[in-house]
Amino acid sequence: MNRKLVYLLPLILLAVMMWFLVRGLSLNPRDVPSPLVGKPAPEFTLPLLNQPGKMFSTKDKLGQVWLFNVWASWCSGCRTEHENLLYMKRTGRFHIVGMDYKDQDADAQNWLNTLGNPYEMVAVDRQGNVGIDWGVYGVPETFVVDKKGVIRYKYTGPITPEGINQILLPLVEKLEAES
Amino acid sequence: MKKALLLACFLIATGAHAAIETHQFDSPEQEAHYEKLIKELRCLVCQNQNLADSNADLAKDLRRQTYDQVKQGKTEDEVVDYMVARYGDFVRYKPPFKPLTWALWIGPFVILLLGLLVLIRFIRSRQTEPGGDIDAEKLKKARQLLDDN
Repeated sequence: MNRKLVYLLPLILLAVMMWFLVRGLSLNPRDVPSPLVGKPAPEFTLPLLNQPGKMFSTKDKLGQVWLFNVWASWCSGCRTEHENLLYMKRTGRFHIVGMDYKDQDADAQNWLNTLGNPYEMVAVDRQGNVGIDWGVYGVPETFVVDKKGVIRYKYTGPITPEGINQILLPLVEKLEAES
Repeated sequence: MKKALLLACFLIATGAHAAIETHQFDSPEQEAHYEKLIKELRCLVCQNQNLADSNADLAKDLRRQTYDQVKQGKTEDEVVDYMVARYGDFVRYKPPFKPLTWALWIGPFVILLLGLLVLIRFIRSRQTEPGGDIDAEKLKKARQLLDDN
């Protein structure tokens, strides 16, 4: 074997390892890929926030592209993304259903009254059981569901303006073009 | 007195174990299944802890789910499948063997094998190194030099 190559080999190996290490540093460990993407959204029926007797069912949304935003009044990341949700509502391009996760109704209502309500409706999951079915492990999380009721994307963490413009808006437009 | 108190504190302190809920099981086997499962499943909020050690809200919920399912007589595989369907393979501390994780499982052995091959080559090449330099005459000369001193 070429002698020079033998000496270069450790250097190349080191470079490869360095690449993996540097790459590892820039990854977000909280970005756990959801196995639910590409699968039918778990069905549920939950009561609506402060609307006694009224329920929300995932079946109501069949035929529409919608966003499912899981939030709670105790969640600081939700406060961060809230103005961006309000912006999304103002654009009129998104149908956002909220789910108040493991929260108190009064706190949630107070939150919407003071910060504004970006949701078409808010379902209440006090026990967190629907959250488990959807694989929620840290609020805020947002799912994009297509017309057939299939989850097409999961957005983990607070929604940012870049996230809206680069991911959510193009995706929703694409899904709405589907039959 | 102080020392005795301190010692007592150390003796009282036991291993950190967040799962202090008391559960009723139908059989010791069921309890063993439950204990095994919560040790093998990861808490996704505090990613370096398992369900047994974590005090996070989600960990509590998932322990409750695990308990309910074990109590219903579900097998360990069924409970793990339930979690994986929702949270992905990441929820398991022991990743499954599939194409995506081949490098993870086989990689170390491949590297070990490569290392062994390099080592064998290295040893072989040293064995065949020309030892012809040391001929009888030179050896004699060297001995003479040593004896002279």
